[in-house]
Amino acid sequence: MNRSAIDLWVGVFVVTGIAALLFLALKVGNLATFSSGQAYQVFAKFANIGGLKARAPIKSAGVVVGRVASIRFDNESYEAIVEMNLDAQYQFPRDTTAKILTSGILGEQYVGLEAGGDGVMLKSGDRLRLTQSAVVLENLISQFLFSKASEAKDTGKEPAKEPAK
Amino acid sequence: MIVPREKIVQQLRERLERLGSRVTSIVWRLGFASRFLYYLVMHSGTALRRFRLTVAEVYFAGVLSLVIILVSGLFVGMVLALQGYETLQRFGASESLGVLVALSLVRELGPVVAGLLFASRAGSAITAEIGLMKATEQLSAMEMMAVDPVARVVAPRFWGGVISMPLLAALFSAMGIFGGYLVGVQLIGVDAGAFWSQMQAAVDLRNDIMNGVIKSVVFGIAVTWIAVFEGYDAPPTAEGVSRATTRTVVTSSLAILALDFVLTALMFTGGNTK
Amino acid sequence: MQKDSIVEIEGVWFGYDAARPVLRDINLTIPRGAVVGIMGQSGCGKTTLLRIIMAAYLPTRGTAKVLGGATRDLDRDGLYAMRRKMGMLFQFGALFTDLSVYENVAFPMREHGELPEELIHDLVMLKLQAVGLRGAAQRMPTELSGGMGRRVALARSIALDPRLILYDEPFTGLDPISFGVIVRLIRELNDSLGATSIIVTHDVQEALGVVDYVYFMAAGQVIAQGTPDEIRSSSEPFVNQFVNGKLEGPVPFHYPAQDYGADLELAAS
Repeated sequence: MNRSAIDLWVGVFVVTGIAALLFLALKVGNLATFSSGQAYQVFAKFANIGGLKARAPIKSAGVVVGRVASIRFDNESYEAIVEMNLDAQYQFPRDTTAKILTSGILGEQYVGLEAGGDGVMLKSGDRLRLTQSAVVLENLISQFLFSKASEAKDTGKEPAKEPAK
Repeated sequence: MIVPREKIVQQLRERLERLGSRVTSIVWRLGFASRFLYYLVMHSGTALRRFRLTVAEVYFAGVLSLVIILVSGLFVGMVLALQGYETLQRFGASESLGVLVALSLVRELGPVVAGLLFASRAGSAITAEIGLMKATEQLSAMEMMAVDPVARVVAPRFWGGVISMPLLAALFSAMGIFGGYLVGVQLIGVDAGAFWSQMQAAVDLRNDIMNGVIKSVVFGIAVTWIAVFEGYDAPPTAEGVSRATTRTVVTSSLAILALDFVLTALMFTGGNTK
Repeated sequence: MQKDSIVEIEGVWFGYDAARPVLRDINLTIPRGAVVGIMGQSGCGKTTLLRIIMAAYLPTRGTAKVLGGATRDLDRDGLYAMRRKMGMLFQFGALFTDLSVYENVAFPMREHGELPEELIHDLVMLKLQAVGLRGAAQRMPTELSGGMGRRVALARSIALDPRLILYDEPFTGLDPISFGVIVRLIRELNDSLGATSIIVTHDVQEALGVVDYVYFMAAGQVIAQGTPDEIRSSSEPFVNQFVNGKLEGPVPFHYPAQDYGADLELAAS
């Protein structure tokens, strides 16, 4: 193999290798975590975060606007404090609601933001006042049973013998 | 006449001593290999200044491994799509096939399988070459001509391997995704739009792709280091070189798998290990 | 150091591991311009002595002075500077198998300076002409016969016009013609370059025909020295056995073993 042939093939190799990397970067992956250059922090307290984890997405109207930075436990109010990094290009009003929702039926949990109507926007370090905790399956079932029981009491004398499944 | 019980104790002692000396020799060898790597990196000036030498080694390590990498990548991707579809379809999630193929390749299979193939093809070739040069006194001849054989022969091969490995892993993953597309979309009939769009949504540049690239760089360094060291340290006989070549493949493979575990634990479960 | 000595070995002891010395109290001098032979049985330490001279190893005791300085005092740069003035022919040539004959001879020239390509070309042709292989310049080492490969290695070792040339068993495995060629080349090159040569070998008859002085080694010591004539007529029993290729002498024919009868009886029972 003479020198120029080797150089040629190495050049081809390196170019195709870099092309493969670019293909992976652009066509296969998304640049979500990269384009979020600036971020600001807001906090929210929840009675129950359910299965929310760090790095879970924060969505508003279904679009990802940030990521959960950390989750801590407040030993004084006995609530969870969730620290969120929001993309700087999205501003939210001070009375925005934060809810912990589930994507799909059994999917991973994320924080959903519903914008309020306040004229003043959230600044870095602010705390969201309105929050809704995650739905815990056991509570949901017992709620349902309780409501079914009281419904039966209202409509008839006998309590329902068999709770609906 | 030795009492049987004493004999057993003596044998046990000898076994333990042998085990201990094996462990100490492994540790000693690791230390020796580390000093070798340090020396190699410190004397890489020639490999960089006379870049032609390194380019030639990128050819021998990288270009000549292209065929096996591309073909294997294609087949691995195709099998992933086949097997993945089987399972996903049961949960009605067959449109996530692209996600399955892409994530498996980019995060794990690309760096690991490409690394294993690289170790067996290029790693063993490097070890054999250097070992043979040592056995035929070519390295000594170089020393006698006041040329540092580590700088002239070993360093270019090391950097050639380190440069080639990430490129090969990327090519493997790309080919695999293409293979998955061929089987999933063209053969099985998964919706092309869903295939690509779900993949794009789920595969993240920094977390998945960059981590995969970091893995392939780490594997490249490990495999090439082992290959050049075993070659340089091989006993200068035919048997010595052949044993060194085998050791390169075995040690590299184990190193890749162990490092893969460590890196995966650090990178991909960082948020969830609490 | 004596004014006209290229190599002075004074009281040198050496062993690869401390417990078993390979060289014991070696004293020898190599004067400038001479072709000196170091001969002995396999394993007597002559190759090790050569490695001490080229400073691949340092003596455990004593001093080795080569080309004006003790090897012990050399740092890395000093070592490489010393080796640039030396050439070495290895036992089977040790040509670089991935380079052509031309590139092999040009190798030391390229590695040691910024000589322009035309000059390198002329020098390589000169060296190859001296060993008679100018026409084989574009061949690869694997295409050469043993003798031709040895000659190319010789051309390579004199590429930088060294002042000291070392030969490690240069005649191994050569046919009679190549043998004669190498022997003559060693002498001619030494004289035309004004260099000094040290030949380590056990090819007695041919070597005695070309060297000016001989050191005879056995079991790590110099047991005899002299001009070729003195060695040929030496009464030292080992030298005598060696030079005349006798079966019996200080080196016995039989490897140490127990009584023959005992071995036979054991087999019979």
